[in-house]
Amino acid sequence: MAPLLELSGISKAFGGAVALRGIDFVLEPGEIHGLVGENGAGKSTLMKIIAGVHHGFGGTMRMGGQPVRFASPADALAAGIGMVHQELSAVGSLTVAENVYLGVQPTNRFGLVDWKAMLRGARAQLDSLGIDVDPRAEMGSLSLGVQQLIELSRVLFSGARIIILDEPTSALSPPEVERLFGVLRRLRDDGRSLIFISHFLDDVLAICDRVTVFRNGSKVAEAAAAEVDKHWLIDRMIGGAHGEISGGYTGEVVLDSRPEAAVVLATEGLGRTGAYQDISLRVRAGEVLGIYGYLGAGQLDLARALFGKVPAQRGRISIDGRQVALTSTARARAAGMAFVPESRRSMLFAQEPVFKNISISILRRIARLLLRPAAERAIAERHAASLNIRPPQVDRPLGSLSGGNQQKVALARWLTHLPRVLVLSEPTRGMDVGAKDDVVRIIRALRAHGIGIIVVSAEPETVLSLADRILVMKKGRVVHEFAGVAVSKDRLLAAA
Amino acid sequence: MPHGADDAMRARRPAGALAWTRARLRNIAPFATLIFLVVFFSLASPSFVSTGNVANILTQVSVTGIMAVGLTFVILCAEIDLSVASVANATGIVVAFFTLQDASVSIANVPVAGWLAIAIALAACAGLGLVNAFGITRIGIPSFIMTLAMLQIGAGICALLVRGQIAYAVPPLIVTLGSKSLGPVPWIVVVAALVLLAGHLVLTYTRFGRYVYMVGGNREAAEYSGVNVRLIISAVMVISAVCSGVAGMLGVAYFGSAQQNEFDTYLLDSISAVVVGGTSLFGGQGGIGNTIIGLFVLGVLNNGLDHVNIDSFLKILIRGVILLVALVINVYAQRMRATSASADAG
Repeated sequence: MAPLLELSGISKAFGGAVALRGIDFVLEPGEIHGLVGENGAGKSTLMKIIAGVHHGFGGTMRMGGQPVRFASPADALAAGIGMVHQELSAVGSLTVAENVYLGVQPTNRFGLVDWKAMLRGARAQLDSLGIDVDPRAEMGSLSLGVQQLIELSRVLFSGARIIILDEPTSALSPPEVERLFGVLRRLRDDGRSLIFISHFLDDVLAICDRVTVFRNGSKVAEAAAAEVDKHWLIDRMIGGAHGEISGGYTGEVVLDSRPEAAVVLATEGLGRTGAYQDISLRVRAGEVLGIYGYLGAGQLDLARALFGKVPAQRGRISIDGRQVALTSTARARAAGMAFVPESRRSMLFAQEPVFKNISISILRRIARLLLRPAAERAIAERHAASLNIRPPQVDRPLGSLSGGNQQKVALARWLTHLPRVLVLSEPTRGMDVGAKDDVVRIIRALRAHGIGIIVVSAEPETVLSLADRILVMKKGRVVHEFAGVAVSKDRLLAAA
Repeated sequence: MPHGADDAMRARRPAGALAWTRARLRNIAPFATLIFLVVFFSLASPSFVSTGNVANILTQVSVTGIMAVGLTFVILCAEIDLSVASVANATGIVVAFFTLQDASVSIANVPVAGWLAIAIALAACAGLGLVNAFGITRIGIPSFIMTLAMLQIGAGICALLVRGQIAYAVPPLIVTLGSKSLGPVPWIVVVAALVLLAGHLVLTYTRFGRYVYMVGGNREAAEYSGVNVRLIISAVMVISAVCSGVAGMLGVAYFGSAQQNEFDTYLLDSISAVVVGGTSLFGGQGGIGNTIIGLFVLGVLNNGLDHVNIDSFLKILIRGVILLVALVINVYAQRMRATSASADAG
């Protein structure tokens, strides 16, 4: 008998960049199949091909032996393939029942919404999955775990036999994970097939029957989950020799913390419901503290709290030993904090010239009441030269620069009058190697000036190439600290 | 490298003129409209191009102009103030309320010294602006709704103070600035010119002005740069209310009376002036220069339509159509600038 879903020789390229190379993949009825691999390894691309999001690809895809090719996600869903995305698409202001029936609301003979049928159907649907929720409850008032289960039931309800789950456990607490797993096992026992994509290798090993490992667009291993362990998976994910990691980092880094330097930033029990809990950390002068965690581990929210964008609800922050209330970005700036967010768009003014983008955060220093454009230009030109910003004309609109150069402009903003603490979120994401090297060089130079630096990232290479000390965050908590020891990528991944 | 750049320049040149125009559509379109209107009315009516009529137009746009300065700040921040005319009306009535009225006016008013009446009126409009600012930045009410409520509150203040009556007397200083002339030039034109100049200087040469543009250009980025966004927005709301208040006081002197609803048409006029001039409704683009052009477009249009023989009821419709066209150009200018910027990057 032909397998439920069979892919052979699937290839896909975006522009010149090859995302997938000749992938073969088989999904049997009634199995949970795990997909693991680093960011950019190709697992999401493959799932998007299966779910009908990408259509131009090489190779063949068969369902039950018949060749298929989907033109859209709706097409794939009609054929029985549904996907639950990491970012839930639920509508928080609607009820559970309305979400279950989103887009397919039952109507009565007058063409009006049949609320009774909807409530009845939604309740039956949720009961069959063992989800005990009032269908009249507002979606937004429920925990993320329950919302995810409801989303899952919606995909099931629309007739999916194959369900793709993208990072389903990243935002869930352990009991919620158990509950999800219970539902998934029940679905498998009913004969449905699930593809489970996750960075959480423990979760993958706990729930999956088989595991496939991706690396750099290729499938590198497939095994029965019961026969392998976490270290086997990590070895396959990053390459057996640990030497072929893209981005230039190879082997171990010896972390060099500076216990003698003064503490510039300290936090005590910082917490924000649904984001991070009980964060106590210290950053010393001239130290780069790396905070590593998977997407959704809470490190991005923590970074925002340190710049007063979304303040913490609990805990204390002190700078140079003095307690500060970082309730707004202006206050954080005045207290000596600086921040470069992961999205350049949210930090820069695309239509304004480069020099205004650089001077905006130091205007207070160089202009009392009246602006001094000549001084602004001079400062910008100095930075453009020292940071190798291309092209070096500071009157060009920022939007005309490449991404890497925009990121340098974002950094340049904080270089004229140094802050006490600089928080960088994903400082090298999406950059080419040359720009990455420039950014690494800038950060090293800043460290030499004795400011405290926090680098927050979901990419192991970023923290390994920059940090003197590394904290690992998992589901909103710091779970491990690497200080004064040798650390390598596999140890970092194993801790997260 | 210089050689390559040169080649790129040459390759782009044919498209260059078009791109230049597209990027500046915001400034070119209003100016072209103004020239077209002036030429059209000059040809259509000989009386339009007299010195006396130019003075007329200037006087007619002065009250709108003072209001439009504050509104320019607000719209540059990507906010809106719908309460300008209402605040102007209320301020004009407050200053009259604190001035000794003729015995025939049966308003229970409280006469005080002229300077004090003016100070109270200025404090009143600044206070209304602060209420707007508080509602928008602290409570989080969208400015559209907050100032809509303020529009009604301003009308309520007017109604309570004059109770359907008409007051005539205002302090001598206001009478001078609103209805007397400095040589051949009406004082109200001088005041409007000074307020416009001050607005331009603040927006172009001060740190505060830069912050206004940055907050309007990308509010999140301004916040990530450590700019106190709430303070800037509060400030523009207060500036807008004070400009309206000044316009209201002078307007009362200009009209010769203070009564309810006498500024109603100024809301649309002042918003039109800013938008027709080309200041972006999405914030961050434009300025007082644009507002001046917008004022003249509206002034020439209103005045010119009086000089040609046209159904006065049709004029209302024509103004609406002009505003609509300006809005279309405004949105297009935004889009074209965005595409020309990204084409540059590519």
